[in-house]
Amino acid sequence: MNLNLLSWIIFLPVIGLVVIALLPKPGQKTVRWIALMAALASFIVSLAVFFMFDKSLPGQMQFVEKVSWIPAINSFYSLGVDGLSLPLVMLMTFLGVVSVLISWKIDLRPKEYFIWLLMLESSILGVFMSLDLVLFFLFWEVELIPMFFLITIWGSGRKEYAAYKYLIYTLTGSAFMLAGILCTYFITNTMDITALAGMQFGTTFIPLQFLFFLLMIGFCIKLPVFPFHTWLPDAHTNAPTAASVILAGALLKMGGYGMIRVCVSMLPQVAVQYAPIMCVLAVIGIIYGAGVTMRQTDLKRLIAYSSVSHMGYVLLGIFALNQVALSGAALQMFSHGLITGLLFAMVGTVYDRTHTREINTLRGLARQLPVITVVFSVAGLASLGLPGTVGFVAEFIVFNGTFTSLVPFAQVYALIGVLGIVLTSGYILWMLQRVFYEYPLERYDHLKDADLVEKIAIFSFVAVIMLFGICPAIITDIINTGIMPIAKLIGL
Amino acid sequence: MNVAHLQYLAPEISLLCFALLIVLVDLFVKQKRALPVLAVIGAIVSAAFILMIWATPPVGLFDRMIAVDPFGLFFKLLILAATVLVTLASHNYVLKFDKFQGEYYALLMLSAIGLMLLVCAINFITIYVALELSSISLYALVSFLKDKKSSEAGLKYLILGAVASAILLYGMAFVFGLTGNTCVTCITDYMKYMPYDSLLEVPALLLGLVLIISGFGFKIASVPFQMWVPDVYEGAPTTITAYLSVASKAAGFAVIARVLMVAFGMPVWLHNDWSMIIAVLAAVTMTVGNLVAIVQTNIKRLLGYSSIAQAGYLMVGLAAMGLTMGTKENVTGGLVFFLLSYMLTNLGAFIAIIAISNKINSDEIEDYNGMIKRSPVLALALTICLVSLAGLPPTAGLIAKIYIFSGAVDMGLVWLVVIAVINSVISAFYYFKVVKAMWLVSPATEEKVGASWPEWLALTACVVFVVVMGVVPGLFMNLTTAAVRIFGI
Repeated sequence: MNLNLLSWIIFLPVIGLVVIALLPKPGQKTVRWIALMAALASFIVSLAVFFMFDKSLPGQMQFVEKVSWIPAINSFYSLGVDGLSLPLVMLMTFLGVVSVLISWKIDLRPKEYFIWLLMLESSILGVFMSLDLVLFFLFWEVELIPMFFLITIWGSGRKEYAAYKYLIYTLTGSAFMLAGILCTYFITNTMDITALAGMQFGTTFIPLQFLFFLLMIGFCIKLPVFPFHTWLPDAHTNAPTAASVILAGALLKMGGYGMIRVCVSMLPQVAVQYAPIMCVLAVIGIIYGAGVTMRQTDLKRLIAYSSVSHMGYVLLGIFALNQVALSGAALQMFSHGLITGLLFAMVGTVYDRTHTREINTLRGLARQLPVITVVFSVAGLASLGLPGTVGFVAEFIVFNGTFTSLVPFAQVYALIGVLGIVLTSGYILWMLQRVFYEYPLERYDHLKDADLVEKIAIFSFVAVIMLFGICPAIITDIINTGIMPIAKLIGL
Repeated sequence: MNVAHLQYLAPEISLLCFALLIVLVDLFVKQKRALPVLAVIGAIVSAAFILMIWATPPVGLFDRMIAVDPFGLFFKLLILAATVLVTLASHNYVLKFDKFQGEYYALLMLSAIGLMLLVCAINFITIYVALELSSISLYALVSFLKDKKSSEAGLKYLILGAVASAILLYGMAFVFGLTGNTCVTCITDYMKYMPYDSLLEVPALLLGLVLIISGFGFKIASVPFQMWVPDVYEGAPTTITAYLSVASKAAGFAVIARVLMVAFGMPVWLHNDWSMIIAVLAAVTMTVGNLVAIVQTNIKRLLGYSSIAQAGYLMVGLAAMGLTMGTKENVTGGLVFFLLSYMLTNLGAFIAIIAISNKINSDEIEDYNGMIKRSPVLALALTICLVSLAGLPPTAGLIAKIYIFSGAVDMGLVWLVVIAVINSVISAFYYFKVVKAMWLVSPATEEKVGASWPEWLALTACVVFVVVMGVVPGLFMNLTTAAVRIFGI
């Protein structure tokens, strides 16, 4: 029996946005309820997939749907999830619901806002589920349009500059990726991602190294890898809160996911060859990102730069190229999505009240906003990898895997990389101290703490972060089934 | 001459009858609204005739002057569709001319006849005559507004067009001198047995080929023959700009593909050599078009440069088509699919612009500020078309690009595809400049902008096809591959 559950996950938000678009003059309330229903429906279906997922079938795509789509280039509408993509799908549907909740008070052009938000959600979901390179690319590109509008219309500060930068950076990456996809197709005559994994390449008309980097550039920009990260602080800082949550929570993961799913699986030998270079970039990203984070005075920019640093862990995990490190990278993507999503949501709640994100103008909010303070602190502690949160588990596994990796000098990279955690503690605790502790300011006395809708959103984040922190096996078991076959292909 | 063969020209003949009928009716009827109705009926009748002869096996008429084959018929349908859409879009626009509405529609149809003959001509003489028929009608149409800019555009188009025709004729004369033939299939019979290894060893052929490519290059607006485009596009009535940018360009590509593929398709070195010429021109064309488009502030000029860039992408397909010589259907199909997608997208964009400029009387991008508030649907339609031109999903533009570039990669033109994809990134910048103006900047006035129902009809048709082609492209690909099958070996 095939219920096409995956298609439902992708297209329920689309149905929601079509309904919103067709309503002639809907009020803000109607729109946000429809958006919430659509996101929630998608989340529930993804939960169903999560519970029906069979962990005893490592490396097998499940819930597969396959329909011929563009016969001329042998391309299929083909979806499926495995242990690698399922956590990310869950993450995205969860963030979809939460991002609607934290946009609850949007009153500027709400109809368009929720249309773009739902479109963003379904395109990212599509990326994680596509098993066909053309379909993958299509969803990859769709995501740009809603993001562009979300940043330019509902953003703040230099929003147009940020949106353009985001657009041009991403398009450049995907342009090379398209060239790479086309080359792949003519070398192998298939667009099927599962068939491409571990395929033996004969003689090819371009060197495989060249092909690897054509594909890699797009993922590197998205993740982002130092030195391609400069779009990220601008986009994050100027995007509206919900867009930042999705951007940091799920969108960056498209980069890491693509690296594992396409680059490493398809060309493991090339990945091994260039692993040292990528590891060095990862370590630079970790340390440099953390160092720059220290110096930020804008709360949102601070979180944005911390993402650069944390995505360095993902890159390091991927190019340590063994089972443990790869699982760690996949888990780090999942955990970073939750933690940074929550951090951005918290910055949003603070900004809504104080109308400033300058750390220097904020002081002692703990007295005025106790609930927000506690949750912000939990998110911060999770971000620096406190045991009991999912952040700890992920970072531990990444460094554990890297240390045992056979990539030359892996231990050195791991040792330097671990310093990133120390720096993270530094900037997170320092930021918490400056914003929430010390003496309270009089001008913030009238502020109200989190309301019910916000509480639902942020407490659900905390619950999930703690749940996977205390009992990581729920998710690591699934991730392992997805990573195992890929690690086998690498053979390190 | 076999008189019975005239039946295959029924589409052109019926269209001609309707064109003359329009001129006649215009003399006696006060209510000019009847004229576009006649034009649309004429195009539909003509399309019906085309569908009736669709299934006939390919034949050459009148001693190999004109061919009837799926390739030509497909392009005829394309040109007729463009004519109908432009006619619908002209519904309000023609009110700008106080007289000569009848002549406007009649000339439009005459130029369509010229283009229809052009796409099925298989003899240099018919090609030249058809080209002139369409061009002369278009010279008149471009200067139809009779203001300073329009007249300047018309004169420019006339002079440069005449030079291009002369160059084309000169090139044809060389080829005729070398082969003693003007019919394209006879030329290939001669070429096939040429005992050389490279075009450089046959100066007369090289010169002839280069001159022919230059002459057609004018029609498809490839660099370095693109100089006329911005001024003509800006000065001409917007409806005619739309027509020039799609119908004229599509026919140009059809004829250049046919001449190069059929007359110069053999031997192997010959088609490899001209493919390289086209590939280099493609790289230059798209780069120039995209870079210059960035600084434009007038939307008609912007779309003019954008159409140059799009011609560059199309030439990528042409180069790949030349290298494969019909051995791979997916490669040859790319060009035609891209043309179809480009035609619908560009027409959609122009129709939205026509509707907007009818109201605001301006083509400056800054006057499009906040259009989303003044007319949400028009702004949304224009956005979809621009997104498609930029090659982003979920529109025809992306699939067309993937299709045409995939053919080029298949033929080993990876360098060209890398240049092309970088160009797509550049192009997104200026397309989004317009999108940004419409969605983000607050409008100077809140006055609503609307469109008449024929404009809505045309616009809806374009946008729906753009999206449908982007989501389920398979059906259209079957159609386009069927159209190019005649080039198969």
